[in-house]
Amino acid sequence: MATRGGEMAGLMFEAEDWEAIRLTLVVAARAVGFALPLAVLTAGVLARTRFAGRTVLNTLVHLPLVLPPVVTGWLLLIVFGVRGPLGAWLNDWFGMRLVFTTNGASLACAVMTFPVMVRAIRLSLEAVDPGLEAAALGLGAGWFDRMVNITLPLASPGILVGGIVGYATCLGEFGAVITFAASIPGETRTLPLAIYAALQAPGGEGRAAALALVSLALALAGLLLSEWLGRGLNRVLGR
Amino acid sequence: MSLIVELHHRYPGQTVDLAFEAPSPGVTALFGRSGAGKSTTLAVIAGLLRPDACRIAVDGEVLADTAAGVWVAPERRRVGMVFQDARLFPHMSVATNLRFGLRRARVGAIGFDEVVELLGLGGMLARRPQSLSGGERQRVAIGRALLAQPRLLLLDEPLSGLDGARKAEILPYLARLKAMLRLPMIYVSHAPDEVLRLADTLVLMKDGRVVGAGPVAEIAARGDLPFSRRDDAGALLLGQVLGHDEARGLSRIEGGGVTWLVPLLDLRPGTACRVRIPAREVILAGRAPEAISVQNIVAGTVRHIAEEGARHSVLVEVGLPSGSLLARVTPDAVARLGLTEGAAVLVLVKSTALEVLAV
Repeated sequence: MATRGGEMAGLMFEAEDWEAIRLTLVVAARAVGFALPLAVLTAGVLARTRFAGRTVLNTLVHLPLVLPPVVTGWLLLIVFGVRGPLGAWLNDWFGMRLVFTTNGASLACAVMTFPVMVRAIRLSLEAVDPGLEAAALGLGAGWFDRMVNITLPLASPGILVGGIVGYATCLGEFGAVITFAASIPGETRTLPLAIYAALQAPGGEGRAAALALVSLALALAGLLLSEWLGRGLNRVLGR
Repeated sequence: MSLIVELHHRYPGQTVDLAFEAPSPGVTALFGRSGAGKSTTLAVIAGLLRPDACRIAVDGEVLADTAAGVWVAPERRRVGMVFQDARLFPHMSVATNLRFGLRRARVGAIGFDEVVELLGLGGMLARRPQSLSGGERQRVAIGRALLAQPRLLLLDEPLSGLDGARKAEILPYLARLKAMLRLPMIYVSHAPDEVLRLADTLVLMKDGRVVGAGPVAEIAARGDLPFSRRDDAGALLLGQVLGHDEARGLSRIEGGGVTWLVPLLDLRPGTACRVRIPAREVILAGRAPEAISVQNIVAGTVRHIAEEGARHSVLVEVGLPSGSLLARVTPDAVARLGLTEGAAVLVLVKSTALEVLAV
């Protein structure tokens, strides 16, 4: 079995591998779907407001970028574990358990990619000309109106790129996921975890190589897509 | 009706403390150097800046009165603003830009088609702002502000980013706008030609204060105010075309209670016009000269003589039956003619030196 996988790398996937690929895409999609709106909100607060706790918020957002992923995963276990303050609350009220579940893997991915998304979105929000917002104000547009019709459309390239890069980053998230959600086939074993598991198994190099190629293809597709969409949007916005 | 602006605001290095009142409808020009407080005044009227104290009222409607605790939110003021840099929304077509304010305004008198016609925007509705020239962008910005059905239109140096040709392209549109819409406007500028062409009321500002305010012809001809202390100083007379003498190639214009002869105009008799008389083109005489090419010889009275130290010249304000004009001469000429305030004097102006501006 091992030799067959080695010879036909990239073509001969077992059901378990297809499951890992599908699971990776789902986990990443949920993570981005959950984190992107929060990232827009956070970026908005960091870009547009001045308050005492701003530095603290900024540091907190960027923490996963500098912490070892294993530590981030362990902190998530403490907070969202079944006995953790938020974990217990979610479990009691919604019967929702995050540890060792697909949703848990998404949460770990979301936390890890959050700084990447916030950075991209914040930069694009800061690049929006406040003069255009003042012009909209004079034309009768209130705060929400301006946000929806002027600020967010003008910042959309950054939001989009943040989402896509965030998605691509989720596909490769390892340390925090394996610590918080473990490596359960069909539940939390995403591509990087599957590659790691294949490498651990005797003679699993072929499978690992095949999965690594998929990983590479997905990452490249994500980067090209963000580049292409970003350029298209910028053209629409006249930049 | 009128426009009342009173404002006090202290910046770290400067204090703006001013008040003026202007008739409405009409164009009120705020004229002064940068730092005079013009932009601050506009920002306060638009509601973009909340000053230490202010009172703003347009046609009896109070937009802000800090003493009474009134502060109408900027998006509800119905004060249109045209910025120096147009500020069109880059992600919208020209038509969508134009409709931005219209869609958010209550039903008003200014229609979409009317504005498109007035500003000549018909050919560019589907285009994107970034494909327009600077002059076209500014026309769209004016149209967009008008369609928001403003009760007051603010123009913040709308032509200063444009070159001479583009300026000449937009000025007639602004003049048309003024004639067609009965709308009060505040026009901020540091270009005397725009002010003289468009303004009804002139407010001179310096270091955050008003140093002179009143009807434009009166302020422009006051030798003691900074508007006349410029190389291109000159009086402005509001008048009208009286008639033409085609055989002689001349037109007659009434202005300041005097009939002036100018090279033949293509304007119908009765047309209102503005006549600008540059101070350096005006000759003063004690007696009427004979056999001279000058067509306009007018009697007046010296009202004011202002020394212009650095230029080694003197600015003489000469009163006409109504209004006055300025002559820039040397101190020596004043001494030779024995000019003093109240003295009678003859004013000589070549007909080709009179600049007739159609309103």
